[in-house]
Amino acid sequence: MMEPGLYHILFISATLFFIGVFGFFTRRNLITMLMSVELILNSVNLNFIAFNKYVWPNRLDGVFFTIFVIAIAAAEAATAIAIIINLYRSHHSIDVENAEEMKY
Amino acid sequence: MNGSTIIFYLLAALILGSGLLSVTTRQIFRAAIYLLFTLIGIAGLFFWMEYEFIAAVQIVVYVGGIVVLIIFSIFLTQQAGELLPRQKPTRQLFAALAAFCGLALTMLQVNQYTFSKTTLEATEPTVANIGRQMLDVNENGFALPFEVVSMLLLAAMIGCIVIALKSKPQTT
Repeated sequence: MMEPGLYHILFISATLFFIGVFGFFTRRNLITMLMSVELILNSVNLNFIAFNKYVWPNRLDGVFFTIFVIAIAAAEAATAIAIIINLYRSHHSIDVENAEEMKY
Repeated sequence: MNGSTIIFYLLAALILGSGLLSVTTRQIFRAAIYLLFTLIGIAGLFFWMEYEFIAAVQIVVYVGGIVVLIIFSIFLTQQAGELLPRQKPTRQLFAALAAFCGLALTMLQVNQYTFSKTTLEATEPTVANIGRQMLDVNENGFALPFEVVSMLLLAAMIGCIVIALKSKPQTT
């Protein structure tokens, strides 16, 4: 086992990103797909912070990008859940196979 | 092998293990709980990198906000104790193949590149430094993106209310 550095964190974040991609491909339920998107966004945050710490510690740009990504992810999750609940009200299902029409 | 290294590998195992369980379990509520553990592990990794403010924001917004929202929407839309339908094995196989190829490609590229650390003096990521630069209107400040994000959050909030509003019956 080596001393953890930038490459270890990049490995974790890349693996987490592709776990999220795998979930996004296989899941057919809207809430679980949203969870996969959250995993993907979190791996991006990890990348920004790791680069800020190990490559450019003189600047704070990675921190600001992370803060903005977190804020936008919160807005995205709230909007997605509003759409999911509205879809459940009109279709009584949140499976993407049953949601072929977006208007009624 | 010191304590910091051990904590790093424990956090990595927590993040990757619960992340993998979160996308493969067939009980949707357990998927949300595993997602919670993944997010807590990432917050722990931010603490490990000594970015305490980002770790606190991660816990407050993700663990306290988004996961609770997801759990409530699971309660509103799923029947209790119902398993998610099993997916086709070919679809799972090809998704795993695509994800693995992407991961291999990315890691090959990353391992070939050498990142050189800058020699300039480090800026401490304290709350005072972050706040001062975020509200700075000069060249290196982030005041304009801050305002844009605040407008985006307002628009998202109004949009959520309009979308989720129950439509009134037409008999009025």
